[in-house]
Amino acid sequence: MSADIRRNGIAGAGAGTEPKSAPEASLPVSQPLKASVTSLMKKKKRPMDILLYGLIYFFSAAILAMVLYFIIYILWQGLPMLTWEFLSTAPNPLEDTIGILPAIINTVYIILLSVLISVPLGVGGAVYLNEYAKNKVLIRIIEFTTETLAGIPSIIFGVFGYVFFCTTLNLKVSLLSGALTLTLMVLPTIVRTMQEALKAVPKSYREGAAGLGATKWHTIRTILLPSAMPGLITAIILAIGRIVGESAALILVSGGSAVYMPRGNLFEQFMGSGATLSVELYRYAYSRGLNDVGFGIAAVLLIIVLLLNFTTRFISRRLEKKKQ
Amino acid sequence: MTEIRNPASPPQKKSSVRGEAKAKTLTERIMNGIFFVCGILAAVSVVFISLYMIFSGGPAILKIGFREFLLGDVWNPSNNEFGILPMILASILATVVSVLIAVPIGVLVAVFLSHIAPKKLASLVRPMVDLLSGIPSVVYGLLGAILIVPLIFRLQEAFSMPTGGCLLSAIIVLVIMILPTIISVSETALRAVPKSYYEASLGLGGSKIQSIFKVVVPAAKSGIVAGMVLGTGRAIGETMAVMMVAGNAVILPELLKPVRLLTVSIPFEWAYSSGLHREALFGIGLVLFIFIMIINFALNGILKRGVKNT
Repeated sequence: MSADIRRNGIAGAGAGTEPKSAPEASLPVSQPLKASVTSLMKKKKRPMDILLYGLIYFFSAAILAMVLYFIIYILWQGLPMLTWEFLSTAPNPLEDTIGILPAIINTVYIILLSVLISVPLGVGGAVYLNEYAKNKVLIRIIEFTTETLAGIPSIIFGVFGYVFFCTTLNLKVSLLSGALTLTLMVLPTIVRTMQEALKAVPKSYREGAAGLGATKWHTIRTILLPSAMPGLITAIILAIGRIVGESAALILVSGGSAVYMPRGNLFEQFMGSGATLSVELYRYAYSRGLNDVGFGIAAVLLIIVLLLNFTTRFISRRLEKKKQ
Repeated sequence: MTEIRNPASPPQKKSSVRGEAKAKTLTERIMNGIFFVCGILAAVSVVFISLYMIFSGGPAILKIGFREFLLGDVWNPSNNEFGILPMILASILATVVSVLIAVPIGVLVAVFLSHIAPKKLASLVRPMVDLLSGIPSVVYGLLGAILIVPLIFRLQEAFSMPTGGCLLSAIIVLVIMILPTIISVSETALRAVPKSYYEASLGLGGSKIQSIFKVVVPAAKSGIVAGMVLGTGRAIGETMAVMMVAGNAVILPELLKPVRLLTVSIPFEWAYSSGLHREALFGIGLVLFIFIMIINFALNGILKRGVKNT
């Protein structure tokens, strides 16, 4: 875009710097006029410019190539592992077969639980910040602590979750403890995404609702939250991405292996311990040295991440279209 | 308000309208309360986390001794020796070096995305960078162990003992992992610089590169520094990926020798730790937490100054 502006607006003034506007053909004309004029017409070659251009293109291309290589490599190594048996059974040490179904179920449970707990809380927090809070100091404190929470590494959440949820609240090492710990981890993401979405709702909606006699809660319930729906979906997807990838904290608070299927009724299953896919990847690849199994799980994780990425992109593109 | 609405609604007894209004103010108050609780949840959790980290990590540090814990260079839990100096040094070294490598690369790519690439190309590269930040850290660990560690093994054969995982492999993985953060924050900062700066510099005869690096980048300095600090926070807190590539021996860090970072000790020894050993791991958590809080406050200060300047 900036290049367009230059060509249309400033190209005349900056002729000396425009690489293409000073073709070699114009050189003979300016030659008799000596050096000072030549420098205006001829592009001065700055070694620094060429070097920086080279570095910029090199690193950008390198990153692009690296990402593509990672994707292809993981799928290449991992997809052959993904047989029906691998995906649909529990590991069986007697027959020496490996399956990741328990890990898949644990992951689904943890996603469901954390989303169910964190989304209402995060949306409520965003609504409070955007619609209710008037005390500037309080707003600043909340925003600062939200940023702080976002900056705390997952292993600290793991230690805190173990001491607080597993020990103090006596929830034991369980999927529920994991979900509660993850709730704290994804809370900042949800609050920030929802805040952006609520800010984007035009002020006239609120004024219109107030003019019709709607109370604040009524306005939030019937107008603001429906208008901010795409933001809510984006927030949920971002949260799921974080939950799926999490491993360090979950090793401490919800268990390091998924050898058995969750047992008992739903509540007992939530109170049982178990590893998610990421934690299983770590256990197989690092603790047991089974890299092929690791790549199988990595392929599953990568496909999930790709799907989540496409969905957010799809939503934001549709939003942009709507705006236009 | 309800008075005005009344004529339009079907005929009702007056008292019921008032009752409705009362009920409404009650729900209003309840909802106000609920939203307030949600609002302060983040603040409450940060206070809780701080207190719990201090109370669970503090006792071990006092028991072991402040100096022995922070400055001791022997970590031998079975012998009740808990010195974490090698881990602190390894963490700091890995973080600083990876940030120093990642920041220039990240800024160059951010410049490419914000000022050099055509719009279409940029919108093709950006999702790739986003994807890089979405890949779980265990997957990076696996890739590092399979792709990077064997290369380094050959390097080690030439220079020192071949051991596999080492500080260098940890640094490489960290660079890759913090690049997306630095790129996206820097790109936002570069885009936020008013176009007129860039155009004025071009108008004065500066070349494209000169205008970007002598005008736009300095103007976006505070944003780039914020990205750098965010990257530092991510690097020092990263656990699983470095655990899978760093070798995890508690010795004073050298580039081609295995190292154990602060974060790694916690999950690495968690399962078989008990008593003072477990408490020492909490102590490591506290040290790490203090590092992170310092980084957070620095970030907050930088962002505030950036707002003031613009």
